[in-house]
Amino acid sequence: MTEPFVHDLAPARPPTIPGLGRPLRDHEMVISMGPQHPSTHGVLRLELVVDGEIVVDVIPHMGYLHRCFEKHCEHMANYQQVIPYVDRMDYVAAMNMEFGYVVAAEKLLGIRVPERVEYIRVIMAELSRIVSHLIAIGTYGMDIGAFTPFLYCMRDREHVLDIFERACGARLLYNYMWVGGLSHDVPVDFAERVKAFCRYFRPNIKELNDLLSHNKIFIERTANVGVLPQEVAINYACSGPILRGSGVKWDLRKNDPYSVYDRFDFDIPVGRGEHGTVGDCWDRYMVRVREMEQCLNIIEQAVDQLPEGNVQEAIPKRVRPPKGELYLRTESPKGELGYYLVSDGTPSPFRVKVKSPCFVNLSALPAISRGAMIADIVAILGSIDIVLGEVDR
Amino acid sequence: MKEFLLEALSNEILVYSLMAIVPLLWVIPFALFAVWWERKISAHMQDRLGPMRTGSWHGWAQTIADILKLIQKEDIIASAADRRLFKLAPYVVFAGSYATYAAIPFSSAYVGSELNIGIFYIIAVSSIVVIGLLMAGWASNNKWSLLGAMRSAAQIVSYEVPVALSILAVIMVAGTLDMQAINEAQSGPFWNWFVFQKFPFLFFGAAIYIVSSLAEVNRTPFDIPEAESELVGGYHTEYGGMRFALLFLSEYANMFAVSAVATTLFFGGWNSPLGDVLSGPWWGAFWFLSKGMAFIFVQMWLRWTLPRLRVDQLMYVAWKVMIPFSFVVMFGVGLWIMLAS
Repeated sequence: MTEPFVHDLAPARPPTIPGLGRPLRDHEMVISMGPQHPSTHGVLRLELVVDGEIVVDVIPHMGYLHRCFEKHCEHMANYQQVIPYVDRMDYVAAMNMEFGYVVAAEKLLGIRVPERVEYIRVIMAELSRIVSHLIAIGTYGMDIGAFTPFLYCMRDREHVLDIFERACGARLLYNYMWVGGLSHDVPVDFAERVKAFCRYFRPNIKELNDLLSHNKIFIERTANVGVLPQEVAINYACSGPILRGSGVKWDLRKNDPYSVYDRFDFDIPVGRGEHGTVGDCWDRYMVRVREMEQCLNIIEQAVDQLPEGNVQEAIPKRVRPPKGELYLRTESPKGELGYYLVSDGTPSPFRVKVKSPCFVNLSALPAISRGAMIADIVAILGSIDIVLGEVDR
Repeated sequence: MKEFLLEALSNEILVYSLMAIVPLLWVIPFALFAVWWERKISAHMQDRLGPMRTGSWHGWAQTIADILKLIQKEDIIASAADRRLFKLAPYVVFAGSYATYAAIPFSSAYVGSELNIGIFYIIAVSSIVVIGLLMAGWASNNKWSLLGAMRSAAQIVSYEVPVALSILAVIMVAGTLDMQAINEAQSGPFWNWFVFQKFPFLFFGAAIYIVSSLAEVNRTPFDIPEAESELVGGYHTEYGGMRFALLFLSEYANMFAVSAVATTLFFGGWNSPLGDVLSGPWWGAFWFLSKGMAFIFVQMWLRWTLPRLRVDQLMYVAWKVMIPFSFVVMFGVGLWIMLAS
């Protein structure tokens, strides 16, 4: 329907801003941040209602990267074919996406995988967590204006990608973990390479801390900014580093162990408000840095215990899962990644629903960014660490 | 130099035009070099190589290729932009930054215009840049540009206060506003430079000047007017092609201008650090440009190391840290001079 002509005249009342629920006041203006903006980490659009530099409200608009992932899965011939799709959700931590899916699918299909597979999966998932956190930290530095840490992170990431490449041939989207096993066994020098990486990477975390984490300007920009109190974080169902940054010790690898995580000894870093309030951007950032150290601990233990075996012996040729449904959650680098699988007894999945941590964490953004400045929005969004491929699916 | 040219050419207009062009002969090659240099510095700080192919030797021709690309680009003006202001802004910005070169003494034999209020003139005309930036931001009719322009106006105006106060301390010591006279007052070995005089007051004065000058030229950690992660491109978001190149050029020209002022006021200008050894007009130019380039290097070094401040923190630093300290410096120097006389 076309607008009535009277619209061209001065309206009697200023139009209400959808999402804000009221017209703009004097001195307020709406700025569209994204979908093409350097700091929205993809095609996210934030509608900012600003009063000068002060942000009055943030209205996120999602869906620019929606690819009907869940619908596609319903048309796959079997559960195996879904894996390339889950790779493309959180494309910077594809291993973790696969891990969650295969664990859920195996439980639904009633498959027990060999020990070796479990250990290799844990090693790969933790390496992938390091990669994901490196990107989160690096791009966060870039959001704050420090360009150099980003390239240091990318340099270290490269070493992990080399390990992945030698294992499965791919560097970003692996299709490595299959339901019931792995696409390939790891190469012969895998253990040495992974250990060499751990030795190489530990000092680099210290370098990163010196360069960025404890930089006075960085602390000024992130401490006491975007404070997410514990109860708000829980009410918004935040998970992962966001929740732990607010001081809640909740990690599914410890609290609801899956695979072989109960066999490893590691800590769960939580935000302590060292430079400001518990739950500020610095805490969320630092939880990631400390988690990388814990990942190295897990990886070293897993490599030492790596058993022998055939990684493909449990891969099913043709299965008909029993009728039923299942929800299984794993700890992805961004938080609680849940797969809700519904089977109608046919080989192809009836429904694959993903509980995406980024989507949930992003929903807390407006609550913690009201009253902040435009530069803080960038800092808060970066500390939430979203990947739009997973938010929109 | 002016006298020499007047004798040789005996045409005043020609001579003055030549005198005005001399800094341009430095600024344009300098900007081309500095862009390449910044890329190389940032690359080596970040475990990269930077441009390596263009021109075969370490990508030396990269910026020349970039300029050629920018010249060929279509001249785009957003349909909602204020066309006249939009076109005018880059020239105003460049004129503002180039005008400062008139009073910068490159050597004992060359200063564009021998003003007896040289440093005063420099402080005054460098403020014209703000008008250009505001014009660019406003005329773009883009909210991000406008925010960038507003930020830069607030920032440059605020930081001019500590800059002026720290310069005032030097002027009290030198007793003149003439740039060449300030240079001559620092002649001799390097401990005669003003940065080491009235220790430690002028030393802190130099530090305040250098930090504030970073804000004046929108360099990290004070690059909030063009903070690409917040404001996309700040005031030059909507600019492309040659207009963008002109804004970019004036940015680098400004960088050298503030470095040159720091060199002249605090680090002996064209004086050789060894006193009479290696001095003279040509060596003077060499020392002046080397010292200026050293400051450029420091600016780049900081840029690729530090994060960026937030706009309110920037104002906090200016009004609550820099300005009180520069008053202390000025007061200390004044007291010293009074007690010594």
